[in-house]
Amino acid sequence: MIQTLILRTWAPLLLWMPVLVSLYILLRGHNEPGGGFIGGLFASAGLLLYATARGVAASRRVLVLHPTVVVGLGIIVAAVSGLPSLVASSQPYLTHLWWMTPLGVDLPIGTTLLFDVGVYLTVVGMSCAIFFGLLSWQADIDGGQSGTGERS
Amino acid sequence: MPQPTPFTILLIGLAASLIGSVVSVRWTIRVSALAAFAILVILAGSAPRIAADVALFAPLWSMPSLGMAGGLRLDGLALVLALLIAGIGLLVFVYAGSYLHGDPKLRRLVVTLTIFMTAMLGSVMADDVIVLFVFWEMTSLASFFLIATNHENANARRCAQQALLVTGGGGLALLAGLLLIAIAAGTTSISGIIAAKAAVLAHPAALPAMLLVIVGCFTKSAQVPFHFWLPNAMVAPTPVSTYLHSATMVKLGVYLLARLNPVYQDEYVWQHTLTWFGLATAATAALLALRETDLKRVLAYTTVTALGTLVMLIGIAPEQSAVAAITFLVVHAFYKAALFMIAGIVDHETGTRDLGRLGGLARLMPVTAVAATLAALSMAGLPPFVGFVAKELILEAKLDAGPLSAGLIVLGFIANAATVAIAGVLSLRLFFGESRPTPETPHDPPWRMTIGPVVLAGLGLAFGAAPGVLGQFLVEPAASAVLGRPAAVSLKLWHGFTPVLLLSLVTMGIGILLFAQWERLAPRLKGQGLIDRLCPSRLYDSGMHAIVRAAERTTRLIQHGRLRDYLRTLFVVTGAGVMITLLARDGLALPAFDAPAIDWRAVAFLGIMVGAIAAAMAKSLLRAVMAMGLVGFASAAVFLFFAAPDLALTQFAVETLTIVILAVALSRLPHQRADDRDRRQALTDGVIALLVGSAATALLLAVLASPLDPRLGDWFGSASVPAAHGRNVVNVILVDFRALDTLGEITVLAIAAFAIVALLRSTRPEANR
Repeated sequence: MIQTLILRTWAPLLLWMPVLVSLYILLRGHNEPGGGFIGGLFASAGLLLYATARGVAASRRVLVLHPTVVVGLGIIVAAVSGLPSLVASSQPYLTHLWWMTPLGVDLPIGTTLLFDVGVYLTVVGMSCAIFFGLLSWQADIDGGQSGTGERS
Repeated sequence: MPQPTPFTILLIGLAASLIGSVVSVRWTIRVSALAAFAILVILAGSAPRIAADVALFAPLWSMPSLGMAGGLRLDGLALVLALLIAGIGLLVFVYAGSYLHGDPKLRRLVVTLTIFMTAMLGSVMADDVIVLFVFWEMTSLASFFLIATNHENANARRCAQQALLVTGGGGLALLAGLLLIAIAAGTTSISGIIAAKAAVLAHPAALPAMLLVIVGCFTKSAQVPFHFWLPNAMVAPTPVSTYLHSATMVKLGVYLLARLNPVYQDEYVWQHTLTWFGLATAATAALLALRETDLKRVLAYTTVTALGTLVMLIGIAPEQSAVAAITFLVVHAFYKAALFMIAGIVDHETGTRDLGRLGGLARLMPVTAVAATLAALSMAGLPPFVGFVAKELILEAKLDAGPLSAGLIVLGFIANAATVAIAGVLSLRLFFGESRPTPETPHDPPWRMTIGPVVLAGLGLAFGAAPGVLGQFLVEPAASAVLGRPAAVSLKLWHGFTPVLLLSLVTMGIGILLFAQWERLAPRLKGQGLIDRLCPSRLYDSGMHAIVRAAERTTRLIQHGRLRDYLRTLFVVTGAGVMITLLARDGLALPAFDAPAIDWRAVAFLGIMVGAIAAAMAKSLLRAVMAMGLVGFASAAVFLFFAAPDLALTQFAVETLTIVILAVALSRLPHQRADDRDRRQALTDGVIALLVGSAATALLLAVLASPLDPRLGDWFGSASVPAAHGRNVVNVILVDFRALDTLGEITVLAIAAFAIVALLRSTRPEANR
């Protein structure tokens, strides 16, 4: 892995800028171009850049959970978002419910947001699972000499 | 009026499984036992109401959108089973804590048993075929994990797999049958199906549906020819054998047959299939039981005999047989669970289960001996035990069966006599015969282990003394459910001198004769290789072997491991498929071109072309990746120019990630190697590329030539804001209108991610593991 001083110094910015943008994209998705899938891709780009700059171990620490756990979490969140409609109004699964915020502004919040968060998490988890896996694998090929990878 | 009782029962079971898996192991047992006790109390409390012919119905579980119409229903039949499940469950939890004391697997075992208990309760209380099926399969899965408790043992794994495949395969048949019945009845509710009896029977698929259900029930209740899995399941720890494989789970098939009996009871095929298969099972298993010397396997075969008898009783038409079936079901659960627990105690104390090496244990373990004798006397059907009541009822039912009587009695004779003989072996020979040296010197185990057999054997005696209580509160409501009409039941211990009593005495005599000869008979029967060869278990083994071999061959053929050939196959199939379809369906068409004007947006297409050509000409993999990146970015530009910002954004992000990932992956691989294809291969690949390219072009032209149907687009566009509060139609479709599709897609993503992780782990260089 190429770990120049410049890249290492800028790494936090390279991580958090895409992640912030990704959250913005995720939230605005319902009305403007964006959404969970694109947001997830942006966030994983940030994590990948960070892994490139500071190593997989550091990037894994940022993610806290193991990427495959994030994938599972995403699926669960998305699947669960369809349950309220079954219980609350006995409508078909994944009929989204809406809650109008009593803030004066027209800001409807729905279970769709939960669903999109699920998509977001799945995409982030998947990209990181692949990328971290590849990097760790390579570190193993190198015999651990570069010290960037870690075993999962 | 809706009653929450059935729902509460399930919630208690669920809560106990959850709590039990986090607290310390001593508390796991206490929590589970407490849950079973609470359920028992609730059930006992509702017994009088149910005896007065009021079913407790909880419609909470209905979810019309998932096609589940019925709820949970606790009627007479369900109550009998549920009482057995909770009651024996309570004793088994207490017993297991002592039996597996200090075993690291104890907690997992108890939690799985609790989950099993909940699933069993759900199965018998379900008033909906889908709910029933889900719980039914849960019991199969729990059985799989419990049989394989000692999973380090290859035989345990094999037997667990066998049980799962046999009952799971039957489960598939059952699902198909239940769905056919539900379609015919127009409802998935079981009470609805029984009410719609005429429609179910008149449906063209009525017979296949019935046979499929019967197959499902036969596998679960170990009827011939599926009986072989049950003795093999005896590799499980004894608490599991007691609970699942004698008292409750194997009765589930019998339960469902009884449950559906009101629909089919007058059908010729139903009556005869159940009667003859049940009898064959009873007789076969009785014979097989006589040639076993392993204590638990002997018990397993007598369980199969009992299950066969139960199935036969459901098959026989008259009212008396339903009463006999329910009575025998209860009685059998009492004595068989007690005997299994005793077998566990003997095994635990002496260190062996081989009947040939055991004997005269009564002096060393008197409490166990008393319980064993009581249970065995009930099993043999001697007065004043409740087993006698049940046996008299069964004989009466057989005598009432009209033209079938003779056959029933002759074949049933073997089963009864063998049962008597084995009851003798399990009590007289085991505890009172001559003493034999055992690996360990036995003595009575702690009360936690003896309480189960003592209570169950005592119940056999108590109900024998007062059979009326059993009849009024349990058998009558249950028999009414089996018959679909009110049944009048009065159980009596003494019927006077009747032909039935005479038959009873003759059976007993032959049984005692068999018992006296057992020591010489068992080895001789065991020596008969023919019986082994006829066992359908061999068919199962060769079937499994054939499946594995076929899978190996298919894998070698399809998964050859040559990436290039995978890609070639993929492309040829896609390209040829599209081309052939277009040609055969006369689909080739050219769209009408407008006046060609030079548009600045054409730059993007130029980019795609340049990238594609560069990729094809690239000398190294890395360069090819870069060139493909150009294609991707140019495509994103096309999306952007033609008003699809969402697509463009996604495409940009995907393209960036792909290049980064590929660059990282390739940076250390031997990618500098030049193209090593020879001329012929290169030429073949060129032809394939041409085929795919022209197919895609032809397809696109054909699509452009046909007019666009705007209805869907218009609808989504206009419904997006009012129905889904979103102005971005693409996103609204993804997360709302077609959310289920998206859920499917992210599931595919997840599976791909897991596969890649597994692949990377398994191919990691050995030296650095």
